[in-house]
Amino acid sequence: MSFRKMSLGLAAATMLAGTALPAFAQDSIYVPLFTYRTGAFAGSGTYIADGMHDYLQMLNQRDGGIGGVKLVIEECETGYDTKKGVECYEAVKGKNPVMVNPWSTGITLPLIPRASVDKIPILSMAYGLSASARGDIFPWVFNPPATYWDGLSMIIKYIGEKEGGLEKLKGKKIGFIHLDAAFGKEPIPLLQELSKEIGFEVALYPVAAQDMQNQSSQWLSARRDRPDYMIMWGWGTMNGAAVKEAVRSGYPMDKFYSVWWPSEDDAKSGGAGAKGFKMLNWHAVGTNFPALQDIQKHVVEKGLSKSPKEKVGELLYNRGVYNSLLIAEGIAQAQKITGKKAVTGEDVRRGIENIKLDPARLKELGLEGFTETLTLSCSDHNGHRPAFMQEWDGTKWVKISDPIEPMTDRVKAQLDAAAKDYAEKNAGWPKRTEACDKAS
Amino acid sequence: MDILYKVFVEPFLFMGEAPDLLIQTLWEGLVSGVLYALIALGFVLIFKASGVFNFAQGIMVVFAALILVGLYEKGVPAFLALILAAVAMLVLAIVVERVVLRPLVNQPDIILFMATFGLTYFLIGFGELIFGGNPREMITDALLLPQGTTELDAFGGSIRLQHLDIAAAIIASIMIGILAVFFSKTRIGRALRAVADSHKAALSVGISLNQIWVIVWFAAGLVALVAGIMWGARSGVSFSLQIIALKALPVLILGGFTSIPGAIIGGLIIGVGEKLGEFYWGPLVGGGIETWLAYVIALLFLLYRPQGLFGEKIIERI
Repeated sequence: MSFRKMSLGLAAATMLAGTALPAFAQDSIYVPLFTYRTGAFAGSGTYIADGMHDYLQMLNQRDGGIGGVKLVIEECETGYDTKKGVECYEAVKGKNPVMVNPWSTGITLPLIPRASVDKIPILSMAYGLSASARGDIFPWVFNPPATYWDGLSMIIKYIGEKEGGLEKLKGKKIGFIHLDAAFGKEPIPLLQELSKEIGFEVALYPVAAQDMQNQSSQWLSARRDRPDYMIMWGWGTMNGAAVKEAVRSGYPMDKFYSVWWPSEDDAKSGGAGAKGFKMLNWHAVGTNFPALQDIQKHVVEKGLSKSPKEKVGELLYNRGVYNSLLIAEGIAQAQKITGKKAVTGEDVRRGIENIKLDPARLKELGLEGFTETLTLSCSDHNGHRPAFMQEWDGTKWVKISDPIEPMTDRVKAQLDAAAKDYAEKNAGWPKRTEACDKAS
Repeated sequence: MDILYKVFVEPFLFMGEAPDLLIQTLWEGLVSGVLYALIALGFVLIFKASGVFNFAQGIMVVFAALILVGLYEKGVPAFLALILAAVAMLVLAIVVERVVLRPLVNQPDIILFMATFGLTYFLIGFGELIFGGNPREMITDALLLPQGTTELDAFGGSIRLQHLDIAAAIIASIMIGILAVFFSKTRIGRALRAVADSHKAALSVGISLNQIWVIVWFAAGLVALVAGIMWGARSGVSFSLQIIALKALPVLILGGFTSIPGAIIGGLIIGVGEKLGEFYWGPLVGGGIETWLAYVIALLFLLYRPQGLFGEKIIERI
């Protein structure tokens, strides 16, 4: 083929691709999902991607979309790489997305300043910048149902109660093993503040991304420092390797806590010795809910899911389902507020601010008892909802606590200061001009 | 003065106060070091035969381990899966020789080096296509690798020795020994050394360059398989293992790119050095120094021996 013919062919293909794009805006709602099914973090990313995709696909199959409008679901593979994540954002922003789900704190951070300019809401579900919970300062960013700071405060509160009161933590040592990246460092300022206030000592154990599967030094150091408790902020293969190393080093697993990201596979990798490992969670596992059963019926059994059947209902799969529940509710609320069917990003931003997942609504959605209620508002983009503690019994997660409320009294001042600080440090940070709806 | 005390006195006092922790750290370093040496050996074999730094050695570790685990998950008995994984590495060696190396004979080394980059990304994509991106558990029990821990009471504390680590150190040492003997005492080994010295001279005495390349790539594949089993058993099999394989870089800088003893000694120095550094000096700077400390150790050695500990001193007339 001559160069000229090839150039003409390429030009024609580009024109055809270009003409296909606006279809998203007219008769469908475009929902891009940033996912990572490849790379070092695929062990977490794949299940979440499956859960997100399958819930939205179920709505398409069962209900014909949301409000009668089909959802166009498109995945963009980021590999949990910030650079690729930003490329994904640039690739989708021209297609009228109603929101983006970065699924990485590292990707979320550079997108925050772009969101208000491009009028695309960011849903960073229980990750990202904790301070973005402040809707008055970050009108385009949402991080429900709890921030990382809430999560940390819940773990400290739980440990404190075990000791007989927060004041009993005075003089104790808490080890914090974390991915040495934006995500893993996010709760450290609060941890250090709480250590000053309460009087416990903190030992930090950073794990570089390239050493996620080579953590013997960190756990040797933990053996040297003898922390009374270990808290983990890990992701991808780091979680499973940490559980393994903790078992290998003989650390008492009932003193080992994690934020809400380890999966069943991560806990299993520690073998029988992993029994007693604990983590936060805020939703159910399993498929004993009408919505999950509809996913099996309309998506999995029809061969429209990428998930192995046995993984449907596992912890991170259901985490993905929860994320898509928020996406769908944001869209449904936007349709209700505006009266439009094919809503835009600007509409959905308002929709998310009006999310109200009360028991009646959860029942209506086929998710009664699946999770705690959640109400977002113009000023509160997070909800600061409680999570519960669950423990690995050697084969499955077992819920071992009532809902643990975050220590809002201690977290709020820090969060407000951090939000203010962010706005000041980013010169020209716009004041919120978006009106609040009455309901929110 | 305080900082000098913390750097030059306190760590050594702590070593004396808690010798059990010192021994534990040395043990962990030795186990890591042996595994680094094993991975470095894969690089050395290929570099000796072709002058190519095989960037794909890391992904070969992952690829071999995934084939083993993947076959086992499909119902193939563990030891048959092990043999088939070795056969797969032979097939890979033949394909690499035919498709990548042979067409690039006589091209500058940098071209061959870049070709191994291409091979790396091809194997990542191909591996993810076949096996998916999820981490797997190594089939430790099925391969009869020992589990459990022996806890020795010593120096007022305890030293924990994982049976798996002991097995890893022994198996890796045997593997290194066999390869060292094979490449120094056999006809193929002599042929390899001839190829390493000069491709043209080797060809002129009837040594088949293509055959030697297949043999060394296969040997590197076997090394990758053993390294994949051992690292996989320690921390799971996932694509991030290939990054650990790059820890072999400072080992090679230190030991020399062409020396098998260099890879072994270099691996041990780096393994022990980074563990001691992280454990005793890491807290001074907030930890996490292991990642770059290995390179600092290697560079310090280079100040005195630019060709590495055992590398060939090349004098070129200009």
